[in-house]
Amino acid sequence: MATQMMRNALAGVSIHGISKSFDSAPILNGISLDIRDGEFLTLLGPSGCGKSTLLRIIAGLEQQDCGTIEVAGVKVDRLRPKQRDVAMVFQSYALYPHMTVSENMALPLKMRRLSAWQRLPVIGALLPKTCAVSAEIKTEVVRTAKALGIDHLLAHKPGQLSGGQRQRVAVGRAMVRHPAVFLMDEPLSNLDAKLRVQMRGEIKELHRRLGVTFIYVTHDQTEAMTMSDRIAVMLNGQLAQVASPRQIYACPADRRVAELIGSPKINLLEATARSEGLLTVAGSALAVDNKLDSGSSVTLGIRPESLQPAEWAGLNTLTGRLRYVEHVGADLFAHVDVPGSSEPLVARLPVELASNFQSDQIVHLQIRREQVLLFSADGRRVSEGDARVTPLRSYAQ
Amino acid sequence: MTLPMKILAGAVRHAILLTTGSLVLAPFVWMVSLSLKPPAELFSSSFTLLPQHWFAVENYARALTEAPLPRYMLNGVIVCAAILLLQIMICAPAAYALAKVRFAGRQVMFGFVLIGLLIPHQVLALPLFILCYGLGIFNTYAALIFPFVVSPFGIFLFRQFFMSIPDDIVHAARLDGLSELSIVWRIMLPMSLPAVLAFSIVSVVSHWNDLFWPLLVVRSQEFMPPSLGIVTFANAEAGNDYGPLMAGATVVVAPLVISFLAAQRWFIEGLTAGSIK
Repeated sequence: MATQMMRNALAGVSIHGISKSFDSAPILNGISLDIRDGEFLTLLGPSGCGKSTLLRIIAGLEQQDCGTIEVAGVKVDRLRPKQRDVAMVFQSYALYPHMTVSENMALPLKMRRLSAWQRLPVIGALLPKTCAVSAEIKTEVVRTAKALGIDHLLAHKPGQLSGGQRQRVAVGRAMVRHPAVFLMDEPLSNLDAKLRVQMRGEIKELHRRLGVTFIYVTHDQTEAMTMSDRIAVMLNGQLAQVASPRQIYACPADRRVAELIGSPKINLLEATARSEGLLTVAGSALAVDNKLDSGSSVTLGIRPESLQPAEWAGLNTLTGRLRYVEHVGADLFAHVDVPGSSEPLVARLPVELASNFQSDQIVHLQIRREQVLLFSADGRRVSEGDARVTPLRSYAQ
Repeated sequence: MTLPMKILAGAVRHAILLTTGSLVLAPFVWMVSLSLKPPAELFSSSFTLLPQHWFAVENYARALTEAPLPRYMLNGVIVCAAILLLQIMICAPAAYALAKVRFAGRQVMFGFVLIGLLIPHQVLALPLFILCYGLGIFNTYAALIFPFVVSPFGIFLFRQFFMSIPDDIVHAARLDGLSELSIVWRIMLPMSLPAVLAFSIVSVVSHWNDLFWPLLVVRSQEFMPPSLGIVTFANAEAGNDYGPLMAGATVVVAPLVISFLAAQRWFIEGLTAGSIK
C-alpha cells in the first residue's frame, strides 16, 4: 500500500504530439498536454472534437498513430490498458449486468490478485490463499462501497439500480483498485439535471479526498467550469486553449472558445475600426484600448453581464429594440435587436428592473469597456498586451 | 377496424394457427396413442385416440428391454453434450473476434462463416467420411462428434448477439484486467444466455435426431445414438410390431419436448434478439 501511495504521489500524465485518424479522417492532430499530479483537468469540446478518443488513447483502448503518453513518468504506449494503472468511468457506466454490485466492484481486484487457477469456480476455492485473498478483496469492496454510500446495494444487480446508483457503482469499480489516474468519459450526461448537480459535487469531493489525477471529458461547459482545476478546450482535434476556468472565461484565446464557455452565450458583433482606439459597432461608437488599423474589421465579444442599462445613447452605448425579457429568478435576460446583427443581443440585468421593460421599447445598453473582448478576422483574440492574456503554450510540431 | 371485423380477423388467424398446429402435432399424438394400444387395435377400422385395452406397460417394457434403448439414450446424451460443449468453446471466441476485435480481413472471415451456413451438411458427408476413414475413427464417439464441432450457425448467432453488447462493456473489462478470452467467458457469454440457450436447443435437437451421419459411421450398437437405434430396432426386433416401436420413439423424443417446453421463453428471446432491438 505504501508503495502504491508513493507511486500515486507522482502520477502526472504527459501527452506529446498525439495524432489519430480513423479511415484517413483526422480525429486528433498533434495534441500535447502536461497534466500535473493530482490535478482535475477537463477536456471540453463539442461532440466530435476528439476528446473521447484522446481519453481512450490515454486508457490504452485505442492506439495513437503517433506521439507518446507518459503516466507517472513512464511511457505507456506499449502497455495494455490493464497495465497502465488508470481506471475509467464510462458514460453508459458499462457495468456487467449479470453480476451483482459487489461482484462488479470485486472483479478488477480479483483479476489482479488471484491467479488464473485461483479464479476457477470450484478448484480455485480449494487452492491455498484463495480464501484469504478473497476475504481481503471483500473487505476492500465493502469499505469502498461504504465510502460511496452504496453498501446497502452490494447484493443487487445493476438492472435494479437507479441511474445515480449505477453511477456510484461505476465510480466504485474504478476507485476500488486505487488507480494513479481516473479517466471519466461524460459520466454525468445520462443523469437528470438535479442529480447531475449533486453528482458534480460528489465527484469534486472525491477528487479532493483521493488527491489523484482526474481527467474528465465533457461537452457541458458548466461541469467544466465548476469542477476543474484547468480546462483544456478541444476544437476539431486540436487544443484551442488550456487554462483555469476563470482565465478561459475572462480571456478566451479564440472566438470559438469564447462561444463555448458561458451561458447565455457571449454576444458577438461585427465592428469596424474607425480611428485609433475607436470602433463602430451596431451604429454606435466604442472606445477601446487596442491599437487597430483604421478600416480593419474585428468581432466584438461582449458577455451578457458586461452590459448595463443606460438612460440615453452615447459613447460605449448600444441602442436597440427590446424583443423580450426572460426572468430566470436571480437574473433578467433582455434580448435586444441591434442594427447589423441577426441574433439578438443578450444582456444580464438586475431583476429589480423587470418592471421597467416592455417588449418593442427602445433600450440603451452601456458596455463595460474593460470587459470587452476583441477577435480578429481569423478568430484569434486581439491582445491588448496586458496581463489578462493567457499565455498559450505552443506545441506546433 | 370495427369490432366485428376484429373478431373475424382474430377467428381467421386462430383457425389458420390451429390447423397448421394440429398438422404438425398429429403424427406425435398418433405415435403416443399407438404406443398405448395392443397389437389387435393398431389397425382396427374404428378411429380412437385412447385404447380400449390399455397396453402401455407391455409396449414400454418391451421397448426398454428388447432393444438396448437406455444405451442408445446414454450415447445420445454423451454425443450431444460433447458436440454442444465443443461447439460453444469454438463458436464463442470466434464470434467475439468477429464482433468486437478489429483486424484485417474480418469481413472476409465473416463471409466465409455465411458461406458455411449455406452449405448443407450432406454435401460435406463424403469428404468427412473419407477424413474419418483416414483418422481411423469409425465406430467411435469421435466419429459422431468431430464433424460437428465447428458450427457456422453458432458463430453467426453468437456474433449477432455479441454485436448488441456495447463496446464500453468490453473496454471496461479490458481496463479491469480481463484477457480477451476471459472477456468471452466471464462477460460476453453470461450476458448472452438467451443466445446460448437457443443455440443449445437447436444443436441438441438436430444431433439427437440426426440419422444420416450415424448411419454412415457407426455399425456397433454400443455407439448408436437414439435415432439410429430406433431404426435398427424397427428392422431387427419389432418387425411389424408397431406398439413397442412407437413406445421407443416416444421415449426418445420425450427429453427434447420436455426441455424445449421448459426453455421456450429463452429460445424465442435468443432467436429474435438483434432482429427487433
